[in-house]
Amino acid sequence: MSSRLALRAGLISLLLFLLFIGTWSVATRPVEATDHGADAEYAALMGKGVDKASGFPPPAKVGEAFVTYLSDPFYDNGPNDKGIGIQLGHSLIRVGIGFLLAVAVALPLGFAIGMSPLLFQAFNPFIQILKPISPLAWMPLALYSLKDSDISGIFVIFICSLWPMLINTAFGVASVRKDWINVARTLEVGPLRKAFQVILPAAAPTILTGMRISMGIAWLVIVAAEMLVGGTGIGYFVWNEWNNLALPNVIFAVAMIGLVGMILDQCFGVLQKLVTYRE
Amino acid sequence: MTTHFLSIEGLKKAYPGAHPPVFQDIHFGIDKGEFVCIIGHSGCGKTTILNVLAGLEDATAGGVIMDGREVSGPSLDRGVVFQNHALMPWMSVLANVAFAVKSRWPDWSKAKIAEHSTRYLEMVGLGHAIDKKPAELSGGMKQRVGIARAFAIEPKMLLLDEPFGALDALTRGTIQDELLKIVQATHQTVFMITHDVDEAILLADKVILMSNGPLAKIAEIVEITMPRDRTRADMHHDPQFYRIRNHLVDFLVNRSKNYAGSDTTVLHDPKHPPVVRPGLLEEEAPAGASFRQAPQLKQVVNH
Ligand SMILES: Nc1ncnc2c1ncn2[C@@H]1O[C@H](COP(=O)(O)OP(=O)(O)O)[C@@H](O)[C@H]1O
Ligand SMILES: [Mg+2]
Repeated sequence: MSSRLALRAGLISLLLFLLFIGTWSVATRPVEATDHGADAEYAALMGKGVDKASGFPPPAKVGEAFVTYLSDPFYDNGPNDKGIGIQLGHSLIRVGIGFLLAVAVALPLGFAIGMSPLLFQAFNPFIQILKPISPLAWMPLALYSLKDSDISGIFVIFICSLWPMLINTAFGVASVRKDWINVARTLEVGPLRKAFQVILPAAAPTILTGMRISMGIAWLVIVAAEMLVGGTGIGYFVWNEWNNLALPNVIFAVAMIGLVGMILDQCFGVLQKLVTYRE
Repeated sequence: MTTHFLSIEGLKKAYPGAHPPVFQDIHFGIDKGEFVCIIGHSGCGKTTILNVLAGLEDATAGGVIMDGREVSGPSLDRGVVFQNHALMPWMSVLANVAFAVKSRWPDWSKAKIAEHSTRYLEMVGLGHAIDKKPAELSGGMKQRVGIARAFAIEPKMLLLDEPFGALDALTRGTIQDELLKIVQATHQTVFMITHDVDEAILLADKVILMSNGPLAKIAEIVEITMPRDRTRADMHHDPQFYRIRNHLVDFLVNRSKNYAGSDTTVLHDPKHPPVVRPGLLEEEAPAGASFRQAPQLKQVVNH
């Protein structure tokens, strides 16, 4: 029953995709020379219609870009010409490091804040003010004080991953069922064992939700950050190809960003399933 | 008086902001191997007393002495069965019990912990379900795991807060029988809250009656004089059963409100709450077995 549903949904997805590609090719088909004179003149006046190649690329052109880049994803011909795999790798490494640093800070701090109403109240105003700041707003300060574009990128990822994880960890820890804590108390369970065997598993689903949100934001932010600081990464690739006016490559990169983002999200979805418990 | 295994002396609990204390001047004792039930209307403070006994909550005044030592904070000496089982849902049934056993005997090997835990799970009839998660169990089975967990640490005393309150009548009956068997085999000392009069009569050696809050008191201590080998199936045939039952129900329905605050309509010494044996007719009372608080018994019963 559900497999039939999946099949039908898949068919509709395929139809939607074909419709999209179809509309796209119709909209971007080469302009024929049968245009009305006045229109051609007008177009010429406006500086358009002269160079057909500069129009929005049709699907076939973008398809070519897919084939070219995916057939050799890891080549490296100097700073401005690297395979898509290498560029994505740079972005993923920055996101990975920034994210792990954020985990290292958010988990212990979130635990402390979640366990102590005093710390919660003390930290809360700072969290509330810092949370809504766009992570890119930190970039100038990071560049100035860290003096390194790579580390600044990582810092921006760190700062944007921090808040959802911190808040969810604190919330998850604070709302662990009183009963479970009382069980641990009546069994005279030590603080470390209580933290790792009771509170952590109890709060794990909430914490992982925070991590999943953080990872989503980090992947959004890395593209913008790399556009700003340049050098390497998928964001830089997009910006570079835009400067080359190579729109097919830009579209290809945009699709890759979406694909990798989806895979990251799915990974966290799997982790989340692993730690979720039914009551 | 302090010869009791556990004695509660002058216990009082007042929540900040709430003006009259929930209860005060609570005195009673529990002997080793005794099964004591406490009955009273909702909100009179039964759970609070149990939590103080467990060391999970502090009393405003008074104290609890167990085995010659003042109770302060929770301890493995007192096992608790929580009202809604309080199993950790991410652990298997076995792991839930093993977690407790490991806390009690940290030096034991994994195998020994598993073997000990399994034995207690088999005792409550769950030998077949040790690898299941709590979510896969029925309410009754979960409560059994909670009981196995509490027994497995072999505490000096067991505290149960309405352990069967959420169960249907059939399941409740079966588990009562199981609990009775285990308690009789292990001579466990038990303090249990219940709102079920029949349950109290079946299980308890004595039933503590608590008057309504605020300012709740121990109104009476009812000794269950029926033979200890009574069972759920046959206790109805004992003429004592109805006398005790009527006495308890009469207290809950008619008398429990007469103790409150300053409108106390009953002469009452909180340090020595009357001990009554409604199961025995006066002429049946064995010669020489004097009621410890006979004069007060009359006052209460004739009220
Ligand atoms: N944290 C609290 N603050 C104020 N009042 C409380 C608190 N906890 C319990 N109470 C009050 O204490 C009384 C006794 O509660 P409880 O021990 O749970 O009663 P019982 O178990 O007999 O139903 C109730 O009237 C309840 O309203
Ligand atoms: Mg209660």
